[in-house]
Parts: sequence; structure tokens; C-alpha cells
Amino acid sequence: MIATVDQLNANIAENTKKIQDKLSGADGKRHIVLCGGTGCLSSHSAEITEKFNTVLAEKNLSEKVTVNMVGCFGFCSQGPFVKIYPEDTLYRLVKLEDVEEIVESDIVNNTIVERLLYVDPVTKEKVAKQDEINFYKKQRRVALHGCGVINPEDINEALGFGGYEGLRRALTMTQQEVVDEIMKSGLRGRGGGGFPAGRKWQFALDQKNDEKYVVCNGDEGDPGAFMDRSILEGNPLAVVEGMVIAGYAIGAQNGYFYVRAEYPTAVKRLKIAIREAEELGLLGDNILGSDFSFRCHIRLGAGAFVCGDEEDLLNSIMGKRGMPRPRPPFPAISGLWGTPTIVNNVETLACVPFIMRNGYEEFAKVGTERSKGTKVFALGGKVNNVGLVEVPMGTTLRELIFDIGGGLPGGKKFKAIQTGGPSGGCLTEEYLDEPIDFDNLVAKGSMMGSGGAIVMDEDNCMVDVAKFYMEFICDESCGKCTPCRIGTKRMLEILTRITEGKGTMEDLDELDELSQTVKTNSLCALGQTSSNPIVSTLTHFRDEYIAHIVDKKCPAHICKNLMEYHIDPDKCIGCGMCAKGCPASCITRTDYIAPGHKLASMVIDPTACVKCGACMSTCKFSAIEKR
Amino acid sequence: MAKLSESAVQKIVEICGRYKDEKTPLMMILSDIQNEYGYIPLEVQELVSQQTGISVAEIYGVVTFYSFFSLTPKGKYVIGCCLGTACYVKGAQNIIDKFAELLKIQPGQTTEDGLFTLDALRCIGACGIAPAVSINGNVYPKMTVGAVPSVIAEYKAKEGIA
Repeated sequence: MIATVDQLNANIAENTKKIQDKLSGADGKRHIVLCGGTGCLSSHSAEITEKFNTVLAEKNLSEKVTVNMVGCFGFCSQGPFVKIYPEDTLYRLVKLEDVEEIVESDIVNNTIVERLLYVDPVTKEKVAKQDEINFYKKQRRVALHGCGVINPEDINEALGFGGYEGLRRALTMTQQEVVDEIMKSGLRGRGGGGFPAGRKWQFALDQKNDEKYVVCNGDEGDPGAFMDRSILEGNPLAVVEGMVIAGYAIGAQNGYFYVRAEYPTAVKRLKIAIREAEELGLLGDNILGSDFSFRCHIRLGAGAFVCGDEEDLLNSIMGKRGMPRPRPPFPAISGLWGTPTIVNNVETLACVPFIMRNGYEEFAKVGTERSKGTKVFALGGKVNNVGLVEVPMGTTLRELIFDIGGGLPGGKKFKAIQTGGPSGGCLTEEYLDEPIDFDNLVAKGSMMGSGGAIVMDEDNCMVDVAKFYMEFICDESCGKCTPCRIGTKRMLEILTRITEGKGTMEDLDELDELSQTVKTNSLCALGQTSSNPIVSTLTHFRDEYIAHIVDKKCPAHICKNLMEYHIDPDKCIGCGMCAKGCPASCITRTDYIAPGHKLASMVIDPTACVKCGACMSTCKFSAIEKR
Repeated sequence: MAKLSESAVQKIVEICGRYKDEKTPLMMILSDIQNEYGYIPLEVQELVSQQTGISVAEIYGVVTFYSFFSLTPKGKYVIGCCLGTACYVKGAQNIIDKFAELLKIQPGQTTEDGLFTLDALRCIGACGIAPAVSINGNVYPKMTVGAVPSVIAEYKAKEGIA
């Protein structure tokens, strides 16, 4: 039990020494840690952990070497990761069959397994340490503090790595002082809204009510963002601590985590963190001997994107359909069961312990004038280094995509970066040197949103991308507001028409008009922002829309009705493999034998072709192209 | 109520009882039932209504609102193809199309033998390994159209179907 501040101090001192000794090697042991994020788990990191244990036991090394799983390393495209302390050697793309070699070579003989090191895509040099990899160099970890370092299923590791130091300080301050500290830090809502967290807390603090709630929004719906999941998987206690601090600040006794049902690992680890904190007395009555009592509860989402909006989320917790209502009153005045409630995103709450632990100055010293601190981005799509990155606000898109992301694979040309998911927009090459912050991206016609950042190359059709997002929104619209329910459906129909080559130029005007109507006449953020992907692609890629409508061509060769497969008769050697695999039997032999070839070339009948692309993937001679 | 077996009634009453002390337990009750039985038919909703005093209309409204809840049984293996943005730009649509073609069902449907359900998923947060497919929670990273037949075969083999 940790019932007093003195006991907490003793516990923190003991565990901090343990962690430091582990990282520095002062405990005389070696430590193998593996990434236990969802990405690496799917690449068998749990089985690899088991295998390490077995192999070490066989060699009687279990006493001298520990093995455990930690949270997400962030560099998902190179997973699974194995890291060895104290040398800090990082192995990537590790497979089950590599385990014996790592143990034999690295652990027993102190020789690095060169072939498993990360290779810099530009310099082609092997890099042994995490901090020396370009992907990590420009990063700064605030919200992701502890992720990839501590064991998320062991509260002692969290307590040895800064855990509960923020709450310890908060409890020495008045509620107003804590709110002021958050206000001065400049922390803004990381879920997408960007509303100053301190102001939200102040509203709730000012309410005189015995019952108040803190709600953590973990309904991470943006398809392409996974920072909330990784934080909950990597350092759940930090989010719990953030919630407890918020509870103390506004005078709440209960907090609810609302987490997507699609995130089983995150839920499991959050449950463990809450249970362990309760067992130690770090949650419950009279926390650390104070008058302050607080309890955490978990609620699971049930697959509704719209519940990421706070009103909808609160309705869902209250057992209703996740639908919005007109505001005001805002939740800080009247939220859960009509009481003052603050809703903060996972990443926002994860920043709170850092601010309370280190002081607001430390948090606010990085960032831009109006967006302080760091932001986590889920970098994905057509970029070499796919993963989770945390950078100071004000970092440019170019640094994000090319320095950290390592550029685009296959030497393809950058076309656009889509930020903010279905509520955001696309930014083109001319914006690459723009600093990323809340206001700047909005001014440029996109938004930071929750931090999804999908890179697109010349092979992505922007009309198709707009259609993809509209399908998503149309499906997820709750149906309450007519402009959103019907307007998104009409916009989707128009986009579908255009991608099928049946669009007209009048359709573009209609899209403009519908976008405005839906934006200005919907209650919640889903409807208000639903047309952003259309507006931004229409602004930056109007020529692609026109190519679909007037020329009946899809420049990226994605829209099936507007492209065809073609065999280059001079490259085709006439092997006939394409015809064998063709499900539509539409490939036949011609009379033409190209110079230097023995057999006549093949040809595709475009009227019968179903455009499955099987021929293209079968052809070993690159004779088939899209056009 | 005729359709529900005695043991099912007992189980559902027990699930409703778990959340007696909650102010608004409906979502938790429905989640547990969905996890236990894989679907929440009308008869079950009526029973939940009797137990909690919440009207069937309201329960039905909630069940049909959330995509996680289902009115009809799902297949033994639920193939979830992630169609999040990261997966989509890497060709996830072609993968779900291939599953649909080979299983002869549309997304959202279940095969006649009750073995497979095909679902389009909204981002499972595995963007680093896109395109991803999740079968009963087991995630297949970096899927390709070419690998679809062997994945289906893997599950058919488990059932002893060649």
C-alpha cells in the first residue's frame, strides 16, 4: 500500500533506481525488451518473447538476462523490435528463427548480429542504436513518455519512470493553481478540436456541484491514426494519472475511459493499470493521505465513429444512441447525467503528468506561439518509415515526411499529405515547408486533427480518395441532422458518378454548394467537417476532377471504369502466362512477332476485361501497363 | 420467449444482474451478450427489457446504431478487412474484393455454411503493417491479393474441409 506521500517517495526512489540500473547496466544484468504494440504482436512478438525465455533457460542464462515486453516503439514498419540493454542495441524485423542467433552471438559472445540492424535507406549504413536512427532523431517524447521503455503491465516500472510525480505535486497545490498551471502550459486538445484544456477545466471548476466527471476520449476513430491506442498500450498509468489530476483540479470523484472495442490490448493494459493502482491505494479513497478520492471506470465503444464527438460519446456512456444535441450548454456545464463533465482526449491527458511533473515552462518551451508542446502523428501510407512519431509543434511537413519518414518508397513522386482524417484535407508540395500547428493547418485548408498523416504518391487518385472519405462519413453519419444524413449521401453519389466517368462539370458546382450546406447546418463535428476532403481536393486537384469528367481518364489509373490494361507488343515475348491466369479469358495471341522474339505477342480485349490486374502481376517482363 | 433456451435465459439474466448498480448499464449488457452469443436477436432484447425496465424500442435503437452489435448470427470466423485510410491507399479494397469473390458473399454477409463472415473494418490501428486483415482478432500484416486463397484455405483446413 502507498497511503502517504512519504511512502510514494520511497516507492518512486526504489523503482527509479531499478529502472536506471537496468538501462545503465549497473545491476550487472542484461535486459532484452520486445515491442508489444499491436503491430509487432501481429508479427509474433509474443511468441518471440516466449522463445527468448526458452532459449535463455536452456542455456542457464535466466538469472543474468531478463526478457519482457514493453509498449510501442513507434517504428511499426520495421517491427518486431528487440532491444538489448545496457548496450542499447536495436534489432529490427526479428523473426522466431533469429532468437537463437541473438542469444548465442549478442548475449553470450557480445557480438552484434549485424544483419538484423537497421539500414539507413539513404546512406546504406547500419545503425545499432535507436537514438542514431534518423526516424528518432528529431522526435521529442512527452505524450509518448515511457512508451517502448517501461513494461506497461507492471505499475512499478511506471512509478520508476516519472509515474505519479505529477499528481504528487498537484496535491500540494490548490485546485485553481492546477488549472492555472495547465492554462499557462498552453495545452490544447489533442483529439482534433484544439480547445485550450485549461479553459475547459476552468469552466468545470467554476460549477458548484457535488457530482462532476472526467471522461477520457479513447474512441480514436480517424482511420489512419493510432496514437491513443499506442499510449494506452505503452504507458496506461500516465493516462490514469492525467485523469486523476484533472479530477482533482475540477473536483470530480469519478472518471470514465471510453475506449474503442477494436483495441483489446489497450483495454487489457488499462484495466491492469487501474487494478494495480487501486491495489496500491493510488486510486480510491483519500489518495496519498489527502481528502481527495477518485475512481476510474472503463466503458467500451461499439463501433461508431461519431462517438468520438464529445456529446455523442457522453450519450453512448449513458446507454443511448451516440447522437449529438445542440450546444450550449457545453459538457463542462452539463455533461454526464446532467453534471459538469470534462472530456479530454487520451493524448491530452498523457501530456498532463509531464506538465505537472516538470512545470508548465518545460512543456511550453517547445512549439509555436499558439500551439505549445509536441504532437504525435501516425505517419502512414506511401512513406518509407511508417509509424508513430512525436515532434515539437512547428515542425514542417517536409521534416515529417522526408527527414523522419525517410521519403517515399520506390522513388515515387510526392503528391499530397492527408492530415486530420475524414475531417481534414490534403496538402500539396507547395505547403511542405509550412510549420505544423493547430491554426496554421486550418488556415491552409486542412487540419491537424488527431494526428493521422497519410502520404500519397502519384499512384493515388485524389477523386478516389475524396470518395473513400465520403463513403466513410456517409456510413458513419448518425442520421440526426438532415443536411448531413442526406447531403453526404448525395455527395457520395456525385463522386461515384465522376469516378465512373459519368460526371458533368455541373456536378462540381453542386459539390461546392452541398459542401457548404452540410458544413453550416450540422450539429456535430462529423457533419461540420465532412466536406473538408472534397473541398481540399477540389481546390488542389481540380484538374484531376476535370480529367475524370471531360477526358474520361483517371490520371493515376485507379478508377476502374476510366483505365485499361495494355500489352506493349514490343516488350511481350508471347509466353502466354497472362492469358492462362486471366479470369475473363480476354487475352488472345496476335500475328505480330516483335523483333528478337520467337512468339507472337498477346493482346487484351478491353471490352471483355474485368480489370482485375491479374495479368499485370503475372507478367515477368513488365510488358503490361495501365493507361 | 419461446425460442430462448432455459440456459440462455439464465445467462442473460445473470449478465443483466452484473450491472445492477450502474446508472446506465445498457451498453455494457449488450456488449457482454454480443461477446457471449455473437448476436442480439429480438427475443433477447425483450428479455433485457424485462430485466432492466428499458423499453424494447430504445434497446432496438441502440443495437441497430452500433456496428459492433448484430441482429443476426456471425460466422465462426469473422474476416475483418481493414479499410482505414492507410490500408486503403495500399490497396485494401482489392483484398476485400478478393475475399468477396472467393467466398461468394458481400461484405457484411455470412457464408451459407456459417463458417465465414466478411466485414469491412474501420481502421484497427495497425496502420504500420497496412494492409491488415483481422480474423477473430488474429491480425495478418501486409496482406496481398495473392495471399487471400491461402488464408481461406488455412481456416478451411482447420475445419477439415479441403
